[in-house]
Amino acid sequence: MNIHEYQAKQLLKQYGVAVPAGDPCKTVEEARAAAERLFGAGHTLIVIKSQIHAGGRGKGTFTHGFKGGVKLAKSVEEAVDFATNMLGKTLVTKQTGPEGRVVQTILVAAAEKILKEFYLAVLLDRATSRPLIMASTEGGVEIEEVAEKSPEKILKEWVDPAVGIMPYQARKIASGLGLKGDVFNAAVKLIMGVYKTSWETDAAMVEINPLAIVETPSGKESIVCVDAKISLDDNALYRHADIQAMRDLAEESPLEIEASKFSLNYIKLDGSIACLVNGAGLAMSTMDIIQHFGGMPANFLDVGGGASKDQVSAAFKIILSDPNVKAIFVNIFGGIMDCNVIATGIVEAVKETGLKLPLVVRLEGNNVAAGKATLAASGLTIISGDTMADAARKVVAAVAA
Amino acid sequence: MSILVTPQTKVLVQGITGSFGARHAQLSIDYGTQVVAGVTPGKGGQVFEHKGVQVPIFDTVADAVKATGATTSAVFVPPPFAADAILEGVDAGLELVVAITEGIPVNDMVRVKRSMQGRSTRLIGPNCPGLVTPGEGKDSHGGCRIGIAPGYIHKKGHIGVVSRSGTLTYEAVYQLTSRGVGQSTCVGIGGDPVNGTSHLDVIRMFMADPDTHGIIMIGEIGGSAEEEAAEWIAKNGTKPVAGFIAGATAPPGRRMGHAGAIVSGGKGTAQAKFDAFRAAGIGVAATPSEMADTLLRMM
Repeated sequence: MNIHEYQAKQLLKQYGVAVPAGDPCKTVEEARAAAERLFGAGHTLIVIKSQIHAGGRGKGTFTHGFKGGVKLAKSVEEAVDFATNMLGKTLVTKQTGPEGRVVQTILVAAAEKILKEFYLAVLLDRATSRPLIMASTEGGVEIEEVAEKSPEKILKEWVDPAVGIMPYQARKIASGLGLKGDVFNAAVKLIMGVYKTSWETDAAMVEINPLAIVETPSGKESIVCVDAKISLDDNALYRHADIQAMRDLAEESPLEIEASKFSLNYIKLDGSIACLVNGAGLAMSTMDIIQHFGGMPANFLDVGGGASKDQVSAAFKIILSDPNVKAIFVNIFGGIMDCNVIATGIVEAVKETGLKLPLVVRLEGNNVAAGKATLAASGLTIISGDTMADAARKVVAAVAA
Repeated sequence: MSILVTPQTKVLVQGITGSFGARHAQLSIDYGTQVVAGVTPGKGGQVFEHKGVQVPIFDTVADAVKATGATTSAVFVPPPFAADAILEGVDAGLELVVAITEGIPVNDMVRVKRSMQGRSTRLIGPNCPGLVTPGEGKDSHGGCRIGIAPGYIHKKGHIGVVSRSGTLTYEAVYQLTSRGVGQSTCVGIGGDPVNGTSHLDVIRMFMADPDTHGIIMIGEIGGSAEEEAAEWIAKNGTKPVAGFIAGATAPPGRRMGHAGAIVSGGKGTAQAKFDAFRAAGIGVAATPSEMADTLLRMM
């Protein structure tokens, strides 16, 4: 699960990590009050940041023509103008797709003078099965780019999960980033806090980019998380009620939310051939084989190992609500699952939805003869495929016709 | 022979009284697997009965091992309790723990792996279909089935199968069996980012097993376990290996059902894995329909 920047900063703050002063605002009035507080506290520059999950906000454009989802303001009036142009408006970035996202919340925060930018992240290192802290002096740019061009600039510190992070590890990183004096000590505390946030919230990834040395209004140097991104391990959400409450359904596809109600794993894609498959690996390879034969998958859909008739019926309704869909490919390997139960579910769903699109079914496994007989006796036009390849060819041909 | 388990392996089931564990314990008994004990805390002393087979239930794995000599366990307990169940099996000195449970928090598995360092127990999974060593009987009856795979699609023979995905494993096994080609052992290592046994671990066992003559390795996007296995095969491989990677069309940054199936930061793409396969001389199946044929052409 992903959360917004302002929520990530709230979590970090709970673990003693320094973030710029600021408040999330849902109305222009709240934005005005937040701006007044910040200027009143002596800040001379503030930033208004659109809160959507997609990246590329700064370079995004709103559908009403306003440019930039992240803006710097020198006065309360300016802040109010930006808030008016962002709240309730649709922001399109390189990551949102052309439909964009409606900005429901903005973060109004102090924009201190940045002296130097860094990168800091905590993630799982799959090769060692341990948490990994990564840091770099190349802040503000994508870490993949740094990894590609100058991997020697990335510092890595693996944490022993039996011991947890030790302060010397944070000191090594702070020293590697070239920090000195008070900022060095502050960075050690910050790195410890970021790691603790990651571990204790069961984060899949915490990314601070940029982490920055800034000049505060009083002229002192400090180190803060200027931006923050946290994604959580879905499997661990059951033990974090406070984080579950941060879920923003407006950021998720309505079809994906509907699918999750039926324990279906659905991801919408851009193609025209809908897939209904049991098992994640088989579902992925069904998409692959459609593309191999020249078609484009409309979705990933895993109905799971023990799909019921109700789930099959719900799955049909979900894939049919995608207007791009021109044909359906059902690929079931019923190992334990009874193929006849699936076949009955398909027939019922087709009748219920009044399906007019070509339907190709490849059914294999337990009780397959009865399943095929059920499909044949239904009187419905169902194209049968013997193997995955045969079925994939047929469904691609049905769309091309 | 086979790897990891034989038809004689004595199996205990952790979570045998839950509906999922019970159903698959029954199917394993039907397959002829030696299911000798069940463990459900608080139900020790009860008996799990299926078609005349009586399986005693114990409160702890240690009690079950002591009383029955079980060496291997299948873990079916729900995700919040799974890490504890796995480590209980490790503590009881089991040779093999197979964790079927899907949805265990990643940090729990990070702790489990750390705790298992220096212990002799091998963990397979979690979030896996388990493993099957086919038997001699009709539809491979009499084999060792641990987990949730359909036993009847197997056939005793000489091909090893290792995979991160359940149904895709069945697909490969079915292709082999319907061509009259049997399997030595089929291992599902699971779709989570942190698992007990890697592709490479299983490949090494297959290479060392005199009864395995060829290998099908099935991977998916995410991580670099397939690349590591391919690199080892390039240097040390002595038997033909064919492979497939699922997820070439998956959009980056999205988890494709399995917690570990994600391309992030440009890492873990199907292309990189296919390239590693080709560089190692592993036969690449152009589609998942050709996994068996690709291997058989190499043998």
